[in-house]
Amino acid sequence: MQFTGKRATYIGLLFLVLVAVAVIPFYTSAYIYIFSTTLFMYAVLAVSWNIFCGSSRYISLGSAAFFGVGIYTAAVLGDAFPLPIVIVLGGLVAFLLALVVGLSTLRLRGIYFAIFTFGFGEFLKHTVRWYEINITSTLSRWVPMTDPVITYYTMLIVLLAALLTSYIIKSSKFGFALQSIGESEEATHHMGVNVTAVKIFFFAISSTFMGLAGAIIAGRWTYINPAIAFNPVISFTVVLMVLVGGIRQMYGPLLGAAILTIIAEVLLTEFTYYYLALYGIILIAVILFLPSGLLGLFARKGVSKSGGILARFR
Amino acid sequence: MSPTLIVDIVITGLIMAGLYSVMAVGLNLQIGISRVLNMSHGEFIMLGAFGAYLLYTLLGINPFVSILIVAPILFVIGFLIYITLFQRLRKRAKSMEMFEMNSLLASFGVLYIIDNIALLAWGSEIRAYTYLANPVNLLGSIFAANRLVILLVAIVVGLALFLFLWRARWGKAGRAVAQDLTSAQLIGVNIDTVLALYFGFGALLAGVAGILISMIYTITPLMGMSYAIIAIVVVVIGGLGNVLGGLLGALILGFIASITMHIDMALQLSVFYAVFMLILLVRPQGVLGKTYG
Repeated sequence: MQFTGKRATYIGLLFLVLVAVAVIPFYTSAYIYIFSTTLFMYAVLAVSWNIFCGSSRYISLGSAAFFGVGIYTAAVLGDAFPLPIVIVLGGLVAFLLALVVGLSTLRLRGIYFAIFTFGFGEFLKHTVRWYEINITSTLSRWVPMTDPVITYYTMLIVLLAALLTSYIIKSSKFGFALQSIGESEEATHHMGVNVTAVKIFFFAISSTFMGLAGAIIAGRWTYINPAIAFNPVISFTVVLMVLVGGIRQMYGPLLGAAILTIIAEVLLTEFTYYYLALYGIILIAVILFLPSGLLGLFARKGVSKSGGILARFR
Repeated sequence: MSPTLIVDIVITGLIMAGLYSVMAVGLNLQIGISRVLNMSHGEFIMLGAFGAYLLYTLLGINPFVSILIVAPILFVIGFLIYITLFQRLRKRAKSMEMFEMNSLLASFGVLYIIDNIALLAWGSEIRAYTYLANPVNLLGSIFAANRLVILLVAIVVGLALFLFLWRARWGKAGRAVAQDLTSAQLIGVNIDTVLALYFGFGALLAGVAGILISMIYTITPLMGMSYAIIAIVVVVIGGLGNVLGGLLGALILGFIASITMHIDMALQLSVFYAVFMLILLVRPQGVLGKTYG
């Protein structure tokens, strides 16, 4: 790999962006960096979703499950342990859970995997609600509040880690195995790849970041209940963000998360009463007219104009 | 266990199964024939419920009569949505699998839009009306008359649909499309019309389910999702697109609902999802698999 001028420019730009992002809390209002934390949170979810689902073409609608598990870990253990440990535990619990849920990829594909993961999130939500009402006799919990600046930086670190992981995986042997599973699972199996292990491992890695994001944001939301933590809308939003930005591309999810979080914020404050409908219209428009996401607009070749979102995906 | 309790569980189970089967059968047609896993199915249930509520409270129209008014309107809405949105997606998709995934995501957009319009029109408060709520004694157990009528309506809807699918020309066309889209096209079925028609039927049946629901439960513009999820569970248990399987799914879920109601109501949804995931894992094609006899 040569260290060409173009590459140097990229690295320089990346460095500048990093510095700019790192100093945001010192130079802007609380509103900006609290909003940026939300943006980073969605970016973590979208980037990590793309790690597994983008390459393998297993579409998960269960992001909320792992995100919610992270939130609940922070809620249950928040008082007992210091913040860093709580966050790591949030990721760990999500990781372990995903190892089990990932086994479902052995039997389910396509639309079946999508509704299974969706059902899993709803199952967790209702089971936690049942547990809270009957065993702990509460419906909601309070999470110890963390300083917004600390939340900002921890979320940023996790986002960078997710991006780095995504980058490393993309150019690694295992990343190719995962992509090859997306192209043809059977052929990959015949080539001697341990398909099961690869799928489950990456599903768990992707879920870990979702758990981390949940454990971090819990300290800012402070008030949580099962409907907030396991909100299925989060799962859909994440898929939408990846599709808007461009699936299977490094920066697609990041771009999609940034654009949609900003659009949602503007819609919510400017058009509070039409927020949902406008969001729905954008969703449909993207599926109809932007088959390979915004990054697809800049792609040089190999991207068909028609074929729906999965054109890039098939 | 006393005999009354058993009668209670069995009849409640049948009533719930009837309600669930009407809720799910429309979705089943949309998946099996139109190839759309329509997440906005619950919104059509909600529209049906509000149609019946408004006609009853404003004009005093009997909910059974409003089936004749509301259901055709929902059919037209469903038909138009298919023509304008899903048909376009299907023509652009390179494979059926791609279309199924795209239409699943697009239906979330439809869900958001309908929800928003309903919230603007009716606000978010909870509404209800009482109709036929007088008690009926059946083998020692007491039931509200409207619940028993729901079971009757469910049986009528089931029989009518069965006759339509197996006897009518358009019904046979629908089954042919469900079996094999390309072959159906080759023998001269106008698939564009059939797919849109059955999507419309799905919306129509969702409307009927909504009207039944409005007779016994409270309604809000955001009620749709929870019913859509139950409908999906029923459809998955029976096998995507299998109408008879959907009936079996409704019976299984109806009795689970009836039994959990007597043990711990709060556990109901957890048990639903547990059964749903289990069946999905053990038999992804559903208990009866995908067959159109």
